[in-house]
Amino acid sequence: MSGLFASIIDGVLVGSVYGLAAMGLTLIWGVTDVVNLTHGSAIVAGMFGLYLLTSTGVPPYATLPLILVGGFLVGLLLYWICVHRVIGRPPLMSLLSTFSVNLVLIGLGTAVWGTALFNVPVALPSVSWQRYTFPGTHILAAVLTAAIAGCLYVFLHRTRLGKAIRAVANNRGAAELVGIPTTQVLSLAFGLGVALAGVSGMLIATLFPFTLLSGDAYQLKSFVVIVLGGLGNPTGALLGGIALGLVEGLSTPFMPVSWTLVIEFVLFVIVLIAYPNGLLAPRRA
Amino acid sequence: MRGGAPGGSAKHAAIVRRPFFWIIALVIAAFAVAPLLGNDVELRESLLLAAVYITLASNLNIMLGYAGYVNFGSIVFFGLGGYLCIYLMGSPGWPLVAAILVAGAGVSLLALLFGLGILRLRGAYFALGTIGVNEAVQAFVSNFDPWGGSSGIYLSTELFQALGGPMQALWSIYFLLVAVMGLSLYLSYAIKSSKFGLGLLAIGQNEDAAAVLGVPTALYKALAYSASAFLPAIAGGLYFFKSAFIQPTDAFDLTFSTEAIVIIMLGGQGTIIGPVLGGYFYEELRGWLLTSETFSHFQLVVAGVLLLLIVLFLPGGLMGWLHGRWPKLRRVLE
Amino acid sequence: MNRLCLMAAAAVIAAPAASFAADNTLTIGMTQSRTGALNVDSLAQQRGFDMWRDEVNAAGGIKVGDKRYKVQFALYDDQSQGSRVQQLYTRLIVQDKAQFLFSPYSSGLTATAAVISEQYGKLMIITGGAEPKTYELGNKYLFQIITPADHYLTGAVEALATKDPHAKVALVYSDDPFSKAVVQATRDQAKEAGFADVLDEAYPPSTTDFGPLVNKVISSGADALLGGGHYADGATLARQLYDQKANLKWVTLLVAPGDAKFATLGQAALGISVGSQWEEKATFKPQIGPTGAEFAKAFKAKFNEEADYHSASGYAGGLILQHAIEQAGSLDTDKVAAALNAMDITTFFGQCKFATDAKHHGLQVAHQMVLAQWQMKNGKLEREVIWPKAAATADILYPIR
Repeated sequence: MSGLFASIIDGVLVGSVYGLAAMGLTLIWGVTDVVNLTHGSAIVAGMFGLYLLTSTGVPPYATLPLILVGGFLVGLLLYWICVHRVIGRPPLMSLLSTFSVNLVLIGLGTAVWGTALFNVPVALPSVSWQRYTFPGTHILAAVLTAAIAGCLYVFLHRTRLGKAIRAVANNRGAAELVGIPTTQVLSLAFGLGVALAGVSGMLIATLFPFTLLSGDAYQLKSFVVIVLGGLGNPTGALLGGIALGLVEGLSTPFMPVSWTLVIEFVLFVIVLIAYPNGLLAPRRA
Repeated sequence: MRGGAPGGSAKHAAIVRRPFFWIIALVIAAFAVAPLLGNDVELRESLLLAAVYITLASNLNIMLGYAGYVNFGSIVFFGLGGYLCIYLMGSPGWPLVAAILVAGAGVSLLALLFGLGILRLRGAYFALGTIGVNEAVQAFVSNFDPWGGSSGIYLSTELFQALGGPMQALWSIYFLLVAVMGLSLYLSYAIKSSKFGLGLLAIGQNEDAAAVLGVPTALYKALAYSASAFLPAIAGGLYFFKSAFIQPTDAFDLTFSTEAIVIIMLGGQGTIIGPVLGGYFYEELRGWLLTSETFSHFQLVVAGVLLLLIVLFLPGGLMGWLHGRWPKLRRVLE
Repeated sequence: MNRLCLMAAAAVIAAPAASFAADNTLTIGMTQSRTGALNVDSLAQQRGFDMWRDEVNAAGGIKVGDKRYKVQFALYDDQSQGSRVQQLYTRLIVQDKAQFLFSPYSSGLTATAAVISEQYGKLMIITGGAEPKTYELGNKYLFQIITPADHYLTGAVEALATKDPHAKVALVYSDDPFSKAVVQATRDQAKEAGFADVLDEAYPPSTTDFGPLVNKVISSGADALLGGGHYADGATLARQLYDQKANLKWVTLLVAPGDAKFATLGQAALGISVGSQWEEKATFKPQIGPTGAEFAKAFKAKFNEEADYHSASGYAGGLILQHAIEQAGSLDTDKVAAALNAMDITTFFGQCKFATDAKHHGLQVAHQMVLAQWQMKNGKLEREVIWPKAAATADILYPIR
């Protein structure tokens, strides 16, 4: 029984990080209608950001603001390279342009680092309960994720710029009519999405070792998360992530882990069909 | 994109008389004959992969190019077809042709079932749903012991004897795959020139309006989804029979279905010859990059940059460019 | 960045290499994974091949009768994916006129490539595919240099049995063909040794978080964990066992701890053991070729990197092919295959002998693996050979926590 409880806690902690990883993807999707296939690479870039910065002596968690800013700038650049020209075109176009850029990024990364293993040790005290231990890195990652999600919510709902982003997401034409500079807003949202992906990668890299190709798994998980949390709903993604973490945590004690993926994706398809606006998000009209 | 189609009841007779029918035949003949000249097995291997790509892309085009539904996980048909076929040829010992036909029919039926669920979704939701189906099926097959679970199924190389030994078998598999590719093109053409195809195109333009105008959208979508599963499943059977080995990670590899989408884009979506051009050029490009002395270390980077340029500056694909350049081609080349 | 320069240089050098006079060169074809998930191990294997080739050519080439042949490679990137392997191997045989083949890295790619070897009647030396099933399908030209999957954890079971004959064992392994083949054999070996099997779990290879699984291991009350899979998963599992203080007395994982980079896990790596095809510290008396120490030194000098067992198996694969060709005195596939069938030889890599019955042709039957453990030596993590006893360079560290 205590094993189940430990798994639930663990599921929530790691799940919230999955949520953060998905937040950027769903933000970009909601605002620009672009399925960003460079998402996995953005996450990996955050991981390598942590690795490179800590190896020059920056303390692990001090890299967060640096990666946030760096990610934002990279996101802007990506927007102008591969997204701007395909905004408003059929969804296929943006899929392919981001797919192409992803090929380039992975190709360059392979040439520089190969697909070797990297590990960033982060020493934090952990919390033990009975025979189970919750590493401090997991707890701090969850706390930071919640804080970032909170900031994002405030930004999107309380600031002028955030409201402009939401307006563009709701109806680009109308937003343009009332004088919102949509192109700037779109590029900003894209930059923000990439920055969030980078930060999630940085936090994931404090938990687990990683390789250049780790992004694939998180990109796929992000798809599941945003369906659970509601497409285009960044704060819902946090709940979606926790839901996914819970599925992993709750199913493991009761059945072979190899079945976890089956459950995950069957659930994903069912939720998508039955609750297209997300399981946990309030239904929008 | 419109063919110069004479409407009405004489349509079926007319199809054979139209030049485009013979253009497709020419493509098939070219695939069949080219490697035979000079007994060029290297070319055959390259064209074999191109034929697989064209089959996948051409069938995907029925959903994507006509009805406007982006099926991201179309590889699930290919993989399941491969599994059914390899399984039937293994311990039950079925002959190849029976196995691929049953595999095709079985997967079509399954697609109809899947379709009833996920075809209620539209746009990006549908695309996500197809990824979900593919991943769920892969995860399930990895746990499904009768199919060897994650270890997959190995076939004895002695099975090639039935096709006249391993060397001859490769030729036979190739010709069968070219035939499947040809059937895919004709299926694509037949659908496009039928009332059914017009219905799909209407769905692609505006699904709600199509429904109001009396197109049975749910039925049409389900039929298209199911029909687009049949030939890819057979291609999967042949492809994995050639390897004599199948495992879940190869069978349900999402990169394969992403590549099929890339090919449609390259060639021009909604056209019939587009997937042929796209498939052929994509295969040649990747193959050339992989084996070129200069580029092979950076093949991913070069492929990415080239694709990006095409997407950004040739959004209509090769066919779009050809049609724009020589508008008269529209009437001949669909 | 270094890699980038190296590659650019390689691209430039590779061009003139193709212009060898065709009549006294021997072409060996292979695909390796320059991109994709298998890139690290594949690169290590390829470096073993490269070093063998360079040494052979520096010594004047392979002696066939009274002629000498220089060795030249034809090599393509398989992208760690099965889809293009068959096309590329066909190209190697037909276009590049490869007379012999080396295997790609990993069991899955090797299985896919092996069919081509059979279809075209070309001999393939396999250094990267441990899964034994490939050899049971009626081949004539496959020859496996490394110990097959069934024995990857045999040493671990034997070593553990000397410390705790009634250990409670958790088998936790990746759900892929290679790892499953390993554990299928380990399950029986553990039962025979008298261990209690308290957990038997295959995790999906794409698993990112082992937290719930580690809790399950803790709940099971296991003393020891045997399993793992490939690279990223094994390292993550090791780190999470440490982070979540699973306090196991024994952990043996596949593949991942065999890489020098495993040491970057720091304390989490301590005590983890790995079934290894070759360790620098294991000494065999070679009948042909260099000693292990000589090989390791030359490798380090050439690539500025430690040799691991993938590099060693690559180099050994070259040596054995060379020996067979020289024995046969011919480049004829059937004659070389006959020489390989009759071979029983020891190199720095260990003994080498192939099964010759039709049911398992080409399966390696003589090579022995060793068990290596990460131990602390003068404040530095080092891999020591702990099993078999005869080859051990250090005592077994037990319990590890």
